[in-house]
Order: sequence, then C-alpha cells, then structure tokens
Amino acid sequence: MTGRNEQWRIDLRAKIKAKERTNTIRVKMPELDPVYRGKVRDEEVNLGLTAELAMQEAQRCLDCAKPTCMEGCPVSISIPDFIKRIEVGEFLEAAKVLKRTSALPAVCGRVCPQERQCEAHCIHLKMKKEPVAIGHLERFVADYERESGQISVPEVQPPNGIKIAVVGSGPAGLSFAGDMVKMGYEVHVFEALHEIGGVLKYGIPEFRLPNDVVDVEIDNLRAMGVKFFKNTIIGKTITIKELEEADFKGIFVASGAGLPRFMNIKGENLVGIMSSNEYLTRVNLMDAASDDSDTPVYKGKKVAVIGGGNTAMDSIRTALRLGAEKAMIVYRRTEKEMPARAEEVKHAKEEGIEFLMLHNPIEYIGDEFGRVTHMVLQAMELGEPDASGRRSPIPIEGKTRTVEVDEVIVSIGVSPNPLIAQSTPQLETTKWGTLVVNQETMQSSSMPKVFAGGDIVRGGATVILAMGDGRRAAKSMDEWIRGKS
Amino acid sequence: MNKILSKEYFSEKVVKFVVEAPQIAKARRAGHFVMVRVGKKGERIPLTIADADVERGTITLVVQRTGVSSSKLCALELGDYITDLVGPLGQATRVENFGTVVCACGGVGTAPMLPIVTAMKKAGNKVITVLAARTKDLVILEEQMRENSDEIIVMTDDGSYGTKGLVTDGLETVLKREKVDLCMTIGPAIMMKFVSLLTKKYNVPTIASLNTIMVDGTGMCGACRVTVGGKTKFVCVDGPEFDAHQVDFDEMLMRLGGYREQEREAMERSSSKS
Ligand SMILES: Cc1cc2nc3c(=O)[nH]c(=O)nc-3n(C[C@H](O)[C@H](O)[C@H](O)COP(=O)(O)OP(=O)(O)OC[C@H]3O[C@@H](n4cnc5c(N)ncnc54)[C@H](O)[C@@H]3O)c2cc1C
Ligand code: FES
Repeated sequence: MTGRNEQWRIDLRAKIKAKERTNTIRVKMPELDPVYRGKVRDEEVNLGLTAELAMQEAQRCLDCAKPTCMEGCPVSISIPDFIKRIEVGEFLEAAKVLKRTSALPAVCGRVCPQERQCEAHCIHLKMKKEPVAIGHLERFVADYERESGQISVPEVQPPNGIKIAVVGSGPAGLSFAGDMVKMGYEVHVFEALHEIGGVLKYGIPEFRLPNDVVDVEIDNLRAMGVKFFKNTIIGKTITIKELEEADFKGIFVASGAGLPRFMNIKGENLVGIMSSNEYLTRVNLMDAASDDSDTPVYKGKKVAVIGGGNTAMDSIRTALRLGAEKAMIVYRRTEKEMPARAEEVKHAKEEGIEFLMLHNPIEYIGDEFGRVTHMVLQAMELGEPDASGRRSPIPIEGKTRTVEVDEVIVSIGVSPNPLIAQSTPQLETTKWGTLVVNQETMQSSSMPKVFAGGDIVRGGATVILAMGDGRRAAKSMDEWIRGKS
Repeated sequence: MNKILSKEYFSEKVVKFVVEAPQIAKARRAGHFVMVRVGKKGERIPLTIADADVERGTITLVVQRTGVSSSKLCALELGDYITDLVGPLGQATRVENFGTVVCACGGVGTAPMLPIVTAMKKAGNKVITVLAARTKDLVILEEQMRENSDEIIVMTDDGSYGTKGLVTDGLETVLKREKVDLCMTIGPAIMMKFVSLLTKKYNVPTIASLNTIMVDGTGMCGACRVTVGGKTKFVCVDGPEFDAHQVDFDEMLMRLGGYREQEREAMERSSSKS
C-alpha cells in the first residue's frame, strides 16, 4: 500500500510544480466566532476542513523523497501517504493509512502539538513558508471516515484464549487494548471512574474534543471484543496479585498521572481555589455546569488560572464559558516557554483571555468566610538557562502586586497516581513515582508480567506519546507471551 | 450497576441498604468507604461501608438523608440498581486492642461510626459509645450501638431523651471517670473540633474521621484537602482518619461551607420538582 514510487504518486507529483505547491497559502481552519464561542460551553471551536479545503491543502505537500515530517511524529505516521490520498480524493483510503500507525487519529488530529512535532519538520519551513497543516488534514480524514458511517472495523484474529488486563482507559490503555484484541487476546480494561476515556473524557473539554469523537473509538473497541469494567480500581477493588491469580497472563498499567500538584503557599486552601483536575472533572465528567446536574461548580467572575500548559488553557477557557468577566492566565515564565499548544494560546487570546506573564502567586487572601478575594503575585524575570536548556524564572526582589480574584485554578502539573505502586510494593518506581520500564519494550523492570505506558511512565506527557507506548507495549507483550509458550 | 438486595428503615431518615458488590466485600476493611452515584446526572458521594458479607458478596451501607444525593439514594427500592459504586477507598481504621476506647459520634457521623464500634469491640477493647443528637427523634442506631458497646451514653441537646447536653458533655463524664486509651470521633466538623479540644485537655489520643467534600474519591482532584500538622492532605487517599489534635478544623469548617449556596439552590430545585 505504501510507495512513493507507485505510478499514481509519480504522476501526481508531476501534475503540479513544486514551486506552485509551496506558493499556495496554508488553509485556515474554519472556526466559531470568538465572541459567540465564549458564551457556549459545548460547541467545538474548530469546525474542520471541508473536502475542498482539505484537497487544496493536500496539494501543498511536496511528497518529499525523505519526509522529515515523519521524523517529528512520535509514532511515525506515513504522513505523505495519507496526504496524497487526500489530494486525489481517496479519503477512506487515507484513513486506512492513518490507522496503520495511529489508534486515535480523530483525537490526535485535534490535540497533538503539531507545531512541535510533524509540522515543525515540514520542508516548507526551510523555504520560509508555513508548514503543511498536517494536523488539520489528519482530523479531516478521521472525521470523514467516522461521518461516512463506513468505519473499517479492523480484522480481528480468532481468539487465542489468553486473558490480558489493562489498567486505565486513557489513550495508552485504549490503543494497547485495540492492538491486543486484534491479535486475538481476550482484553479486559479496568477503569477507576464511571466513564471510559481517561483524560480525553474528564480533562479535555467538549469545545476542543467532543465526547462523541472519543465514544466512537470506544464503541469500535467494544465491537472488536474488548471488555470494559468501570468503577474498578486496581490496587483497591482488585490487586495486581489477584489479577495474576485470576490467570491474566499480562497486565498493562496505563493509569495516567492523575494527582494534582499544589504550590503549598499561604491561603491555597481557601474556598474558591482548586486544582484544574477538580475544576475540569466537575465540568466535564460530572457536567456540573448544567442545571440538572447534582454536582456544583463555582462560576467565578474574576478567574485566574496558574500555569501555562494545555490544562491551564482548557481551564481558563472553560471559566470564560461559565461566565467569567475577567479571565486570566498567570504564568511564571514568558509566552515562549508556555507548554500549551500554539492553537490553544491563539484561541484563548481571541476569546479575550488575559495573559499575565512573568508572575507567580506567593499568597492568597480571603474574606471572613474563607473565600478567596485576592492573590499576591511575585514579579519574575528569566535567568540563565539551566541544565535542561530552559531559562528558569527568578523572583525580582520586592516587586509584587495584588490582584482581585474570586476563583483560582491551580494548573501547575500532575504526578503519577500512587494507588498501584502503593498496593504493589514489588513494582519498581522512580523517586517521582513513575513506573520503571524498559524504554523499548515497556516491560516492568521488576515484575515481568507487568508492562506500563503513558503518563504513569512519563509523568504528564501527551496523548500521542501515551498512544505510542500502548502500541509498543502490545507488540512486546505479545512477543513475550509467545516466547514463553 | 449494583443491585439493592435489602432495604430497611432505622428511622424515617436513616436507611440501611444491603448491596451486591462481591469484589468490594472481599477487599474492604473497617473504615473504608465507597463512592456512590445515583442517576446519570448524579453526584459522587462518599459513604462508609458499614459491614460486608464476603460469602454473599454484599456490602451494607447506612445512609442518612441529608441533601439531594442522599435523598436520591434513599428513594431507591429493593431490586433497584445503584448507578455507580466504587471502592473500597481510603485507609482502613487501625483496629487493635488499645484498652478502653470511647467512640463519640453525632448527627451524620453516627452511621459511619457503627462499623468502627463493632470492629473495636471485636478486637477486645472496652468500648464506650457516646451517641449524640439534637432531639429524641434524631437518635439513630441506638440498638445496634448498644449491642456492640460495653456502655452507651445517649445525649440530646434538648434533653428529650438520654442525658441533656452535647456530645462533649457525655465524653467528659467518661474522661473524668476513668482512663481512656483512645477516642474515635465522627460527626459534624464543629463537633469533632470540640471533641478534639476536650481530649487534648485530657491528653487522650484521638482519631477523627473527616467528612470533607469529595468529587472522585481517588486522589485525583484535591477537593477533599485538609491541613493536618501543617501539611495539606487528601482525605480520600491519606484518610479519612487523622490524628484529631493535628487537624485544622477551622479551615475544614470554612471549606465545607464552600458550596452551601449551590447546595441550597439544588435542594430547592429538586423539592420544587417533586
Ligand atoms: C486538561 C488536559 C488537557 C490536555 N491537553 C492535551 C493536548 O492538547 N494534547 C496532548 O497531547 N495531551 C494533552 N494532555 C495530556 C494527555 O491527556 C495525557 O498525556 C494522556 O491522556 C495520558 O494518557 P494515559 O493513557 O497515560 O492516561 P490518562 O488519560 O490519564 O488515563 C488514565 C486512566 O486510568 C484510570 N486509573 C488511574 N488509576 C487507576 C487504577 N488504579 N485502576 C483503574 N483505573 C485507573 C484513570 O481514572 C484514567 O481514566 C492534556 C491533559 C489534561 C489533563
Ligand atoms: S476527592 Fe478528589 S482527591 Fe479526594
């Protein structure tokens, strides 16, 4: 199926001159009007490319002999292969190419930091042009396939009777489950929460990643035979040891990095201050902003989010949609260092989010009811680059300011969920609480039956890396199991 | 989905459910709790596991009707299903033979105290239970407590039953009278605060089981955080039981008040519907 040397590809390349391709301007993703979208909670901001726009954008790709974009992709998707099929209008074929390497293309097309991965390596950049919109195209193809109703359910090998357990149903767990079920394993996925999907469900909001998109993937896995068990906490409801005793031949731990970090500064436990996990869980998992939901959520008028990652952007844009009149991001470095996707920052700005850079909270002040009313911010400046090459922020002595707030969302990162490590002392962990695995095989260094991947191994990382881990773990677990028998 | 196998009223406002949950029954210890959700729009609420039967694969929950979510649960009937039930969560109670243990409880803390009273008695302790309520009609679980305690002291605020006075009055009688090795307390935060102040005066080690606001109950959100010994702890994973003398009850009280407005609105909404 691959092959830049197939005749149709050669002909296609010859059809339009490279110069003409590079001179075409990059498509603009059609999106909801910023004023309108700031008021609606559930509508996705990006509307998706039309078939015409997608085919036009696909033309921009030069079908390079050495596609550097693929080097930027953590799972090495055959990028020109799928883009060229878009150019000729073979969208379902393009979807098949994506699915060879990506278990969740509709998700990754929406949430991957393309500007730092595939698109950062696009040949166009060398010519001072904008890169091909690979992410938009990926999303287009995945959406097209889903909406066509002609989703190809991958071929599943006949059952081999071997039981495999998966802990957690985020992108790592889901992609692992998909690959294993295809190989004929009996896959049981255990999820602590009452919803399947991990961060894709409880974290990332509807306006960025609609639940329907995720549900289709989950339904697909069900159709392939994956069994899901909600409300089951491994380490609490069932231990790893009990799974072994119940004849699970392999266990893939993909429990994510669910533990919110706080700064441990004065006043941080005041009413109205919470982690982004709490805020987003209330709104996304519990639907707390709807009138008919029993779960409450604050609808602050002056909201500050501390942090500069995707979670921070999701939180502040949610607050705006819940009626905040003033919504600001407070970040201790500058915009350049913010880990959030470029598109999220752009969208946030269009929606009127304020960006207060080079500031860090050092104290919160509350009223007589213990409700937060102000935050005291320390002004920062960037110092010399540290070992990691990042310039670390240092406080400017004596320079602080006090800002009025009625809600603060702390979004400074997460740590691995300790439940499994605590209940399974044999499992080797790092001092950060991540599980130690062989980086190639994802097999645990201390318990050979256990494999792990995603945020539980990497700390807070990305969807695509989690998915890649899941796929690698599936491959190596299969080899390991077959090697033993 | 977990099936309700029996429903029994302890009083108009207190219901005992036996629920099918074989895995939880097997894994649970005294002091553990579950998170329960009723209906697709339901809230996740923590409930102490009052008892479990491994053979039958069931757990017992004692639910006191206080707000929207506990009312929804109490409205379920025999044969109905609880939408979501997950656990066992939290750290188990340290149960051993301490000597003399006083269990001081009141209001919402009465139901979750029952399994602790039972476990402490079983471990060979002399158990004295101080059971407090505002008025006679609100005294619950007296029989069950009596069965498992060496002595029970019932206190009512208005003196309509038992002895007139607060839980602390009953507790102080005991503290004055004999050597107590451990005090366990569960109830409204304000009550636990005063119990803690009192036992501190008498130098009696005290464990409080905290009932903070929770969302997930698995350590994921921090809604349940409290300050214990100057450090932030998550009640759902580090607790729910802590050294009462180290707990910042004032902060806890303040945080509990956080959603009061929204809760009142929710109550009004749901009562105007029915
Ligand atoms: C708000 C937010 C926005 C983000 N935005 C982006 C983005 O735009 N792009 C991007 O690439 N990445 C983003 N990320 C990061 C990305 O979501 C994560 O890196 C990814 O989801 C990790 O996948 P995972 O499968 O390892 O874990 P998770 O998605 O965290 O899933 C783990 C699952 O395991 C369950 N679990 C935990 N412990 C147990 C247990 N003991 N037993 C059973 N189940 C358990 C959890 O409940 C959870 O459902 C974002 C994260 C957040 C929070
Ligand atoms: S309830 Fe969410 S962390 Fe405890």
